[in-house]
Amino acid sequence: MIEVKDVYFSYPSGVQALTGVSLTIQDGEFVAIMGQNGAGKTTLVKHFNGLLKPTKGKVLVDGVDTTRVSIAKLSRDVGFVFQNPDSQLFSETVEDEIAFALKNFGYDASVIEKRITWALNLLSLTQYRKTSPFMLSGGERKRVALASILAWDPKTLILDEPTIGQDYEQKEKLRQFVMQMRTQQKTIIAVTHDVEFVAECNPRVLLMREGKVIADGAATKILTDPETLAHASIVPPQIAQIFLELPGLNLPKDVIDVYEAERILKKALEKQY
Amino acid sequence: MSVFSGLKFRKVYSPIHDLDPRIKFTYVCAIFVIAILYSELIPLIVLFLIQVPFVLLARVQREWIRSMRGAAYLAALIFFTNFLFKFLGAGYKVLPYDVETTLGLTLRFVVLVESFSVFFLTTSPDHLGLALEQTRVPYEFVFAFTTAVRFVPVLAEEAQSIMDAQKARGLELEKGNFLKRIRNYIPILIPLIVSAIRRSLELAEAMESRAWGATKKRTNLYVLKMHKGDFALVAITIGILVAAIYVRLYVPIPMLYDALTF
Repeated sequence: MIEVKDVYFSYPSGVQALTGVSLTIQDGEFVAIMGQNGAGKTTLVKHFNGLLKPTKGKVLVDGVDTTRVSIAKLSRDVGFVFQNPDSQLFSETVEDEIAFALKNFGYDASVIEKRITWALNLLSLTQYRKTSPFMLSGGERKRVALASILAWDPKTLILDEPTIGQDYEQKEKLRQFVMQMRTQQKTIIAVTHDVEFVAECNPRVLLMREGKVIADGAATKILTDPETLAHASIVPPQIAQIFLELPGLNLPKDVIDVYEAERILKKALEKQY
Repeated sequence: MSVFSGLKFRKVYSPIHDLDPRIKFTYVCAIFVIAILYSELIPLIVLFLIQVPFVLLARVQREWIRSMRGAAYLAALIFFTNFLFKFLGAGYKVLPYDVETTLGLTLRFVVLVESFSVFFLTTSPDHLGLALEQTRVPYEFVFAFTTAVRFVPVLAEEAQSIMDAQKARGLELEKGNFLKRIRNYIPILIPLIVSAIRRSLELAEAMESRAWGATKKRTNLYVLKMHKGDFALVAITIGILVAAIYVRLYVPIPMLYDALTF
């Protein structure tokens, strides 16, 4: 469980990035944090594994104050996948890249071997085991970065802009993967601009603007509320837009799922003709 | 990173910022030469103090102090190595003269950092490039130089995010013995170098697609001209230089220790 209690944060340059943020993320929850650039999304999630410490207020991860423990210790439970894989890849082979964190956490060689195989398999990277990560394509590098975090099986996973630079197929794989993680009771926190991705996953949504959380609730509720979304410079997903633009048909207004939309529209059409 | 922030330009309007960068650079070089001419403590203290009014006039004292603090580690290193060898050379004795010479050597380094820091804090990269260009340095070199200067803060930011990413994978930079600590930086340096190379290739492509180097003779929107303040600085520079050379040649310089004891 992650508890954020009235957190304020300002960067050394003086920029006030968070102003009085309070929220609780339960174990096993899937949360998407959305908002315009500079709203404080990444700053907020960097508090969850101790990379940043609040200037005022408290962040508790499983009841432990993040100012009291090291980043390395927190990272064992909270995995953080950065937006740009190039800010972490440095090893000669994909295998070494994944082993890096496991070695840092002091796992035995035999365990490391097993974990690497498991992580490579999970993200269909097995054929690249001995390849240099720098030889891979952008999407593959992103998967290697993800694999290198998943390898130690953290309880909570933070994904910063996971869908950027991914083609549709990879995005779909990512969605399935996230859903699979949810069935294993993992907590997933994704920072993203991708409304369509969020609409497909249907998580809890936190909207941020100028360092504050301005809305918090189910995706079906928040992504279908154009006024609130406009405050965070977000356009509703396409399905929601269709339902919002058809007031005459007496359709429900909180639809974001493609299959649900299909079902409702079919019914409405049958009634009409 | 604090050493870098001491060299980072911040836009402020002050008489020092308005000075012609060419003259400012000549001034810095003059200070550099004088600092090399002297190894005695007293003249170096004077040299150090001469520059304080510049800092105050330019209103960059906060950044300046930060860069001084960044240089403090190296200064301490210079002091201790010199002091150690003097100490050994004197037969395991601490002599006041030795301490003074060592302090002098250290202060010489501080003066050099100080003058360059004042120069970079008060000169925008654009201005600097302009100055180089109008002293007939080939434009390719000028461009390479200004780009390098401009990318220092970008790289510093990048280094920060790389450090964050590796810390999130359990890297503890401050852990282990001396050798281990140096090796800890490999996972930071490799991504930093790789991304710098990638960035430079991208920049080259972007420039090429905007017709970089299409005309041989470039013109500038702004042309540097000398003003009253610039002539004043020229006078000050020549004055300091002449005085310094005169003192060096004809005036015996007492040790601070003797000056204080007698």
